[in-house]
Order: sequence, then C-alpha cells, then structure tokens
Amino acid sequence: MTTRMFGQKIKRREDPRLVTGNGRYLDDLANGSVAAAFVRSPHAHADIVDIDVTGAIDVEGVIAVWTHEDLPGQAADRLPMLIPHPSIVAPHTGFALAQDHVNFVGEPIVMVIARDRYIAEDAAGRIEVDYEFLDPIVGVEQSREGQRIVHAGMDDNVAAHYVQEVGDVASGLDRAPHTLDLDLEFERSACMPMEGKGVIAAWNREDESLQVHSSTQTSTGLRAALAARLEIPLTRVEVITPDVGGAFGVKINHPWPEELAVACAARALGTTVKWTEDRREHFISSAHERAQTQSVKVGFDDDGRILSLDVKFWHDNGAYIPYGVIVPLNTSTHVTGPYNIANYRVEYWSLYTNTVMVTPYRGAGRAHAVFMMERTVDAIADELGMDRTQVRLNNFVREFPHPMGVTMQDGAEGCLDSGDFVTSLDKLKALVGWDDFEAYRDQARAEGRTVGLGIGCYVESTGAGPYEGGHIEVESSGRVNVWTGLTTHGQAHATVFAQIVADALGVPIDTVHVATGDTRKLPYSVGTWGSRGAVMAGNALHLTAQKVKAKALTIAGESLEADPEDLEIIDGIISVKGDPSAAMPLAAVSVLSNPLRYAFDESAKAATQFAKESNAEEPSVKPGEQPGLEEQEFFSPLRSTVANGMHAAIVETDPETADITILRYCVVHDCGPMINPMVVEGQVHGGVAQGVGGALYERMAYDEDGQLLNASFMDFLMPFASEIPYVETDHLETPSPLNPLGIKGAGEAGTIPTATTIASAIEDAEGFPIRAMPLDPSTLWELRNKHAAGEVPGPKAGGLGSADSAPPSTAGHK
Amino acid sequence: MTQMSAAEAAAEPRSTIRLSVNGKDHVLDVPDRKLLSDVLRQDLELTGTHVGCEHGVCGACTVQLDGDPIRSCLIFAASAQSHEVTTVEGIGDDPENPADVQQAFIDSHGLQCGFCTPGFITTIDAFVNENPHPSEEEAREAISGNLCRCTGYQNIVKAVQRTAELRGGCGQDCCGKDAPEVSQ
Repeated sequence: MTTRMFGQKIKRREDPRLVTGNGRYLDDLANGSVAAAFVRSPHAHADIVDIDVTGAIDVEGVIAVWTHEDLPGQAADRLPMLIPHPSIVAPHTGFALAQDHVNFVGEPIVMVIARDRYIAEDAAGRIEVDYEFLDPIVGVEQSREGQRIVHAGMDDNVAAHYVQEVGDVASGLDRAPHTLDLDLEFERSACMPMEGKGVIAAWNREDESLQVHSSTQTSTGLRAALAARLEIPLTRVEVITPDVGGAFGVKINHPWPEELAVACAARALGTTVKWTEDRREHFISSAHERAQTQSVKVGFDDDGRILSLDVKFWHDNGAYIPYGVIVPLNTSTHVTGPYNIANYRVEYWSLYTNTVMVTPYRGAGRAHAVFMMERTVDAIADELGMDRTQVRLNNFVREFPHPMGVTMQDGAEGCLDSGDFVTSLDKLKALVGWDDFEAYRDQARAEGRTVGLGIGCYVESTGAGPYEGGHIEVESSGRVNVWTGLTTHGQAHATVFAQIVADALGVPIDTVHVATGDTRKLPYSVGTWGSRGAVMAGNALHLTAQKVKAKALTIAGESLEADPEDLEIIDGIISVKGDPSAAMPLAAVSVLSNPLRYAFDESAKAATQFAKESNAEEPSVKPGEQPGLEEQEFFSPLRSTVANGMHAAIVETDPETADITILRYCVVHDCGPMINPMVVEGQVHGGVAQGVGGALYERMAYDEDGQLLNASFMDFLMPFASEIPYVETDHLETPSPLNPLGIKGAGEAGTIPTATTIASAIEDAEGFPIRAMPLDPSTLWELRNKHAAGEVPGPKAGGLGSADSAPPSTAGHK
Repeated sequence: MTQMSAAEAAAEPRSTIRLSVNGKDHVLDVPDRKLLSDVLRQDLELTGTHVGCEHGVCGACTVQLDGDPIRSCLIFAASAQSHEVTTVEGIGDDPENPADVQQAFIDSHGLQCGFCTPGFITTIDAFVNENPHPSEEEAREAISGNLCRCTGYQNIVKAVQRTAELRGGCGQDCCGKDAPEVSQ
C-alpha cells in the first residue's frame, strides 16, 4: 500500500535548486538586455510645469527617454480600477508615467532606457523636472479634516464609504448593562519582500508577440491588462512568473506603471527591456498597508457577553486605489471574529492622502479588525474583573456553519464553516500555561522583573474564488506534468501540489513535476492572494488528477479486459484489485491514449496503427474523447472557507528603559487538514515574524511634507533573527465542508493576531491600556509617564491578569 | 554588448581586472564603478548571489572573501582583486549533490522563497568553520546580520545547528536536536 502523501512532512522539492544558486528570479533572466530606470517625483503633491530631458539624451548609451506623451493609445490612459466595489465613491488611479501632476513621492514621471542600469540611472539623474508645489495631505487626520484635497475636483478626500449592519445595533446598545468606548490607532508598514518587483518584456518582431516575465502574484491578470492596454490580441501576449523572492501581497496589483511602460518600450524598440526595482523604489513607490484610525462602541452584559458592537474606522488608502477597497472591506468583515455577536454595525471611510498607495499586505485588513475586537474584549474583561479567556469563552460561536451576515470581498455572505474555538482555547491555555501565569508573574516580580501575558483570537476568510484550475499530463515516460495558473513565492507549491496529485492519481511523488504561473500552459487563473493557493489550486489539482485517473482506468480497462471499476493505481501501476498479475504501468496507458502514425521510440511503437488489432467499427479517437493522457479541471467554491487560530505571548518590559522582550510566543492554528505540516508551520513562523515587526518595530515615517524618512533597511526596522521569538505551535484540524480536501488557507494566519496579542501582553505587564501599535520603547516610556500623571486610565478591576496562582509553567523553551 | 566608443570610455572609466571566483581565475574588462555583486551576476553569470537592498543591510548578496563573509554590494569588483571570492555556487552548485550547509537548509525547512538563502549559506558556512559547536543562542546570533522575510528565522537557526551536525563537529548537547522529522 502506498503511503498517503497528504499530511506528511515531505521535504521541499524546490529546495535543492534554490539552495545551490540555481533559482531563476526575475533579475537573473535576460542578462545583457537593455535596462529601464525611472525619474520619480521627489514631491508629494505638485503640478509638473516642465520636463527637460536634454541632459539625459546626451548620455552615451541611452536608447530612449519617455514621458507621458510617448505612451501609445490606451497605455496613456489612467491605470485600471481593478476591483470595483459599491462603496467606492471617487475612484482615482495613476498613470504609467505621470501626466502634469504628481500625488506622492516616488510616482514615476520619466522612463529612461539605456544599455545598462548604471547608464540609465546616470541619465535619469540628468533629467530636470520643474514643479509647482501644492500642499500635501499626510495621515488620516489631515485627510479626514478635508481642509486640503488630494484630487482636484473632489470636495473631500473620501475614496469610499461603506456601512454594513447585522441586527439592530442601536437597541442592542440601549439594552446593554455596560458600554465601553475605545479609540485605536494602527500604523503603516509594508510587505517588504527580499526581492522587489521587476519585469522583463521581450517583443518578437517576427510574429508581433510579447513575452513578459514578471515578479508578480498574477500572471493571468497581468497578461489580460497588458493585452488590453497595448491593444494587441490576447493570444499574442504571454506572461511567465519565474522564481519570486517573496511577495506577501504587494505583487498582486497589476499592471504596475513600470510593467506597462516597459512593455510599451519593448514593443516600440523591438527588443527586450528589463526593469528591476531597487530597495528605495520599493519603499517609496510600490505599496504600503495597515494605517487606520478606529473607534469602537461595545455593549455587554455582566458575563461579558457582547450584546452590540458599533465600529467606525478611517482607512488611509494613499494616493490611488487601483486595487479597490479590499483592505478596509476585509477589516470591516472580520471584526466579529470567532464571536457570536447578534448586533454589529461597521462604517468605514477610505481616504486619499499624498502617500504611496495602500494595497493588501499579508492579512490584508484582518490584522486591523482583530486589533479592534481583541482590544475590546480585553477591555471588557478589565471592566468586569474577569479572566480574559472567560470573556472569550462566553462569546465564542459554538455551532457551525455560522452565517456572519456581512458581505465579504468575494461578494458572498461570510460564514464560519468549521472550527472548534473552545478546544482551540483549551490547547492554547495548555501550551502557554495560562492558568499558571500568576505564579510566574509573582516569581518575576520578586526578581524585579515585569512580565505580562497576552492573547489574541481571530478568524480569516481564505480560499476566495472565483476559481482556479489544474492541468495534468502524463507523458509516455510516466512523468506527470502538473500546471496550475496561480503563482508561487515561497509557499512550497512544487511540493504540496505534488503530494495532492501523487495521492489522487496513485503515482510516486518523484514522478510529479509542478509548474505554476505560466500563461502558456494554463491561461485561466486568478492569482495567489488571500491564503487561497492550497485551497483553490490544491482542490483543482485534486479534481484534475481524479479525471486523469478515470481516463487512465478506462483505457487500461480495455487493454486488460477489465471493468475500470475493478482497477486501481498504486505507485504508477494499474492493476485489477486483488489480482496483481493483470497490470500495466500508467506510462503504457499514456502511450495507448495517443494513437500514433510515427514510432519515434520503443514506447511509441506500441501506439502505432499496426501495433494492435484495429476495430473497424470505431475510430482511433472516439467521439467526445481527446488523444493524450491529459486533463484540465477547475474548482470554484460557493464561498470562502474560514480558518481560525489563537495566539498567546509572554512579554517582559524593562522597568527603566521600557524595552520590550517577547519571552514566549504560542500559536494554536486551525487550517483544517494540513497537506504538509512542516510547510504550514513555516508559514506560521514567518507570519508571526512579520506580525512582530508590525507590533514592535516597523512604521513608515512620513513627515508633514509627505517625505518617507526611513526608506531604507538602515532606518526601517525590519526584524532580524535577534528580534524574533521562538514560536511554539499546536494545531487543530477541523475540516471545511466547502471543498473536497476539507482544507482552509494558512498563509496569513501568523500575521493577523500578532499585534493585538503583544499589545495584550504589554497591557497586562504595565497595567494600562495599549490602544496603538506599533509600540516602541520610547512610546511605552511616554505612556508610563502619562499613566503616572493620571492621563492614561489604569485597569478598573485591578486585575488584568489570569486565574489562580499555581507552579510556574515552562517559561522559555529549549 | 556593443563595443565602447571613446566618449563612453571617457564617461565611464573601465579597467581590466583579475578576479578569482570559486577557484577559477577570470580576466574581465569592467567599468571601475561596477559592484562585485553585479560583476558576479552579470559578467560571470553567477546569479546565485542576490541583491536585496544595495546598501549593505540585508545580507542577501553575502559572499566570502578569503573565507570571510562580506557584502558584495558594498565593494567594487576591482577591489576584490588579489582575494579569493566564494559564492553560493562555490559552496555547492549541484542540486543533486548539495553541500552540507545547503543540505542543512533542506533538512530544516530553512527557506521559503529562497531569495535571501544564498547570503545565509555563505554566512553560515564561514561561521560553522569558526564555531563547530554552536549553541542555539550562538546560532541565532550568527545569522542576525541577514534579513529573511519568509521564515521567521526559527528554521534557519536549526539549519545552522544541522550544518554543524552534518559537518561532524557537533557534540551531543548542542546542535541538530530540532530538525523536523521527514519521511523522504
């Protein structure tokens, strides 16, 4: 019997290539091609008065210098509004190259094409742009005030406004014995993949076709956008995604200005043009995430049961919204989390500012939602003097499916389809030693140390539609080629999809070869975002493999003179169940599946016209069938499946310096059955690390002029190994009823509750509320001073902690 | 590449340099200002050395100069003359037969997207040569000059200790205890 691959900690099949320097990332390709560099606006808000490119044209090695007026046809139009939504009241997008006006520092204005990047940057440095300055709008507060307007012609800076209500919030608040108000702040950070964006466009003059390589999260999306904007038939554009050095959301937007401008230049010059983003460009001109100002009003009873929740938030979307309102929409639909809240109302305003745009970053608005809800739950526990886990227990959803009543990013009503929050909480409490913490706190206090315990619970809608596909081909050698359209940037798709196909088809995993993100083989796909890769493409490939298997059994049944129902495939051999003597390899079925005239090798000879008896009454390929052991299938779910999890952290805060150290970090995670637990844990570790960055270190420091002051790795404090705690994990695997494999997404889980969990722990350590993240030592020190001066309220019930004392748990790890 | 004109040569001074990379000697005509990282990647087509920030912080471009880890984005190629440069390909370039430190990354799930990995591998290779018995803390300290955005570092710490174990220098109580169980 073959071991089931699903659920095994299979080592990654992509690793041997990547660890030996044999990866092929965007900038590794097309060596020697001409290079693009961009002149970008150094001002946040200005009219362009004049562009003088003379100095650039004189530079030896410069091939072309383009401004907006050089962009052809529809490439000169505003970039597309990719995701329309009813809440968008004033859609604004930029241009591939700015036309007359700039709205953020970093906006591309001129493209220089030169022999190499050094020359292109020399030339870009000699281009002079004259500006007439306008007052910039920076930050939520300034945008909300509306004294200054980002986009001329608007009366305010509101890009989108949306209200959703479930139940009756007003009467729920009226009825509630207790109410609380919370004002919260969440700062800007960014995905910051180690590889920035990049594009190579190659124009083939002979057949007038365009081949594009891009470090993207959606090759199909980019292909369609480029064909439309370059006004060439879709069939003459192909987009290939090479190895991608991390993405985390930022590479889902498309077409980027540079992708469109470079493709136009490649066509105009009839050559191959490459642009590789540098780190400063990535900081100032790609996309950020996270900044929101939030306001919560909650009504609850004496047991902490939430009777009504009224949420308002103001979301900084930067200068443009090509990716629509996915981030604030996700925030608005994830607030209630694992809790059963009958009356919920959310209202958001998405606001323009003169800063780089905001598009999804791992979690995509959900971390913000969880911050609001979990800070609120902790505040309820404090108000009532209850253990924080008890308040959560009293509010958990306990029956599934649980309709959420709000409309999600996929247009369907949200629904908690599976989970067991009570068990998850039990596991988390056991893992972190929740009930023993007070004893540990006492022991620490006796040593002059201040420690705190925090918790954060969340749900995450994952695996959104509309669809993904699989394409599987079995070669006559027995090699199984597997394609899916979505892209890969570290998720181990070459391994986990091979596990799924090996199981469903019954072949050794070593024979399965997975390729992703290449429109030449599978032009129907949506992309990799929202923890959907495994759910969508995994299930599509599972279904495709079953289809291939059915075809193989039909062909083998004819050959073995057996009913296909009586056949099975084990380790790539088809045999009659219980009779191993009647058997043939899948490779032989592949040969038979494609009737041949020409025998190019020994195995092909078996498929030629005279190799077998022909049936005069039937054509070689029967009506309705296709030659080849090759199938395509698609998976399209009714709605997103909702994963969930809970985190706990123990922190220590230095009484003098206010330095914050994470002593332990524990995660209980439920993404349904895990295809490869090693990969899931890796995703959780990485997600937590990004969450820790966002909680304690990372902030995009714009000044009042809209200049990003920390646009380098020297100044933007992305965590090194020295800042990241050891992550302890436990899993619950409740299957989803929404897909054949029962799986739920795992990619974003680590990041979503991290900020609130650490806030919860610091709050517990310090004894006053933490309402804004990130929190650095100087901010905490200032908060302490304000608390001492009575400006920040302390805990009402005097016991932010947990339950009874007991022997200390295993604080720290081996 | 087309031939340089005199004007270009004046605009961009060039020199003939001799570089020793992964045990091979090369004579190259390169612009004086060209970074070692770019010469490795473009002139020698050793694209395993990745460029993540071009200001010396992220460590993706780390190579060894006479066995010591350095940032190849922070020195000119010309400055690397008379030194022995070792890139990730010099540690091991065969996917079928990875070097011990590379195998340690595979065993420990020490990479996801793989972009930062070559810089970690060159760093760890040199570190374990100097410290064949790293504790977990020392392993973590050793990699704290390189950025990774995917893994949260936990499994890279394991990979350091696994390297020591595979290199045979490891005692019983230091490294390699946390490598994941794998069925293949």
